[in-house]
Amino acid sequence: MAKNHGDDFFTLTENKLIAKNTYRAVFEGNTKDLIAPGQFVNLKIDGFYLRRPISVADYDGQTMTLIYKAVGRGTEKLAQTTPGKVFDILTGLGNGYTLRGGKPLLIGGGAGIPPLYGLAKKFAKKGIKAVVVMGFGSKDEIFYADEFRLLSHEVRITTADGSVGTKGFVTDAFEEIDYDYFYTCGPEPMLRAVYAATNTEGQFSFEERMGCGFGGCMGCSCKTITGNRRICTEGPVIEKKDLIW
Amino acid sequence: MADLKVNLCGLELDNPVIPASGTFGYGNEFRFYYDINILGSFVFKGTTKDARFGNMTPRIAETPSGMLNAVGLQNPGIDAVVKTELPKIEKFFKKKVIANISGFSVDEFVYCTEKINSCDNVGIIEINISCPNVHGGGISFGVSPESAAEVTKAVKAVAKKPVFIKLSPNVTDITEIALACEVAGADGLSLINTLIGMRFNLRTRKPILANNTGGLSGPAVFPVALRMVWQVANAVKIPVMGMGGVSTAEDVIEMMIAGASAVQVGAANLVNPYVCKEIIEALPEAMAKYRINSLSELKK
Repeated sequence: MAKNHGDDFFTLTENKLIAKNTYRAVFEGNTKDLIAPGQFVNLKIDGFYLRRPISVADYDGQTMTLIYKAVGRGTEKLAQTTPGKVFDILTGLGNGYTLRGGKPLLIGGGAGIPPLYGLAKKFAKKGIKAVVVMGFGSKDEIFYADEFRLLSHEVRITTADGSVGTKGFVTDAFEEIDYDYFYTCGPEPMLRAVYAATNTEGQFSFEERMGCGFGGCMGCSCKTITGNRRICTEGPVIEKKDLIW
Repeated sequence: MADLKVNLCGLELDNPVIPASGTFGYGNEFRFYYDINILGSFVFKGTTKDARFGNMTPRIAETPSGMLNAVGLQNPGIDAVVKTELPKIEKFFKKKVIANISGFSVDEFVYCTEKINSCDNVGIIEINISCPNVHGGGISFGVSPESAAEVTKAVKAVAKKPVFIKLSPNVTDITEIALACEVAGADGLSLINTLIGMRFNLRTRKPILANNTGGLSGPAVFPVALRMVWQVANAVKIPVMGMGGVSTAEDVIEMMIAGASAVQVGAANLVNPYVCKEIIEALPEAMAKYRINSLSELKK
């Protein structure tokens, strides 16, 4: 059961700007602990004490893809790193999404969109094409619209400033979508709006400041219907029916 | 061959490396990374009479060479720990653990101590009178010699296992508190708990932590911990468990030179879950480098 620390070393093979402040990083290494879309990794960046939790957009037997926004000093440092560098990364963290429903609706906002890509891919593999609603601030922040289109029944885009797609938020683009289950990830105000605007069961993925990312510190706890949960371990995905909202 | 064994109040440990309370849960999460039976022991998460959710999030903030936490003693309560967690620990950890107890009144400390008395796999009770993240409890007992002695005396009156009192660095003179605990009957002392600190979010101009303040730990506090362990070890005759920023085998040796009989590792577990294993594996070579045959010889 125990692992070797060496299993956690990954080589950065790509680190590319794909939208405003948004980067796609590909790492090569042992990905056997990744078992579901919506899981995350905790990545050590030189010069920073705490690791940085980042959701996994996609993975296969040898590589994993992370799409992240450079929002603070740690992720800015990561954005400046050139391929070839080796990183210490704890992988396979969190529960991830559980595939349910025959007509899934995927709703993502900004940096919350990446984990939904792996989910859309898993659904597509099962022959199920989801409807995807992606929300951004503005045109220059949009990423992966084409990648989602290849896997999905329909992709709807919203921008807060109206520069592309529907002007407003993801919930402004919900009309006449035929779905029986939903999956969402994004900033908390968006998640709350999705909670109010949806009428089926679904799964929410949350973000929280973490100490360790693997259940050791109780830094990221939240209350749910079924008791206290650690976002890192009994999350980040929590079902709608378990939320106290 | 390097001798890593140390003795804490009659409890023989294979090595002095002990994960600190609040950084190791109830042991289970770390089994994924290594066989935790190589540890000297571990201190489980601070436990109170009643279950607690703790503080609101964010509970964690980064600092230069360290971190702030304001978890606020989240735990399932002593009854659940005795009934559920300790039997679970017994299945995967074949050594004695150290029980960390916190409370909001002297009675609560006594109540929890009595419950722990009957747990065979607990070797030592660590009484936390120094949690900086809860209001009206914990630390209020640790900041004056009188209240520290009062808790020590009450717990010692009922305890059937060695009692270590965990001290706060957020005091004017830590030796004064240490001496009061020794006189009141403490079998040993654990120090230091975290140093109270803050960080602000520049965008919102508000504290990052929901609790406003939190406890600083990590390498940033290591020199402060060494100083206080040295002061206390020179002032008392009872053994001291040293902690605060320990991250390497060399740090363990340095802490023992300062006067610690055993060493706890805290924040380092959170950023590197393998750290205690790596420290234990690195100790023989580090000892050879500094011509140390036996770790217990460092404690004069």
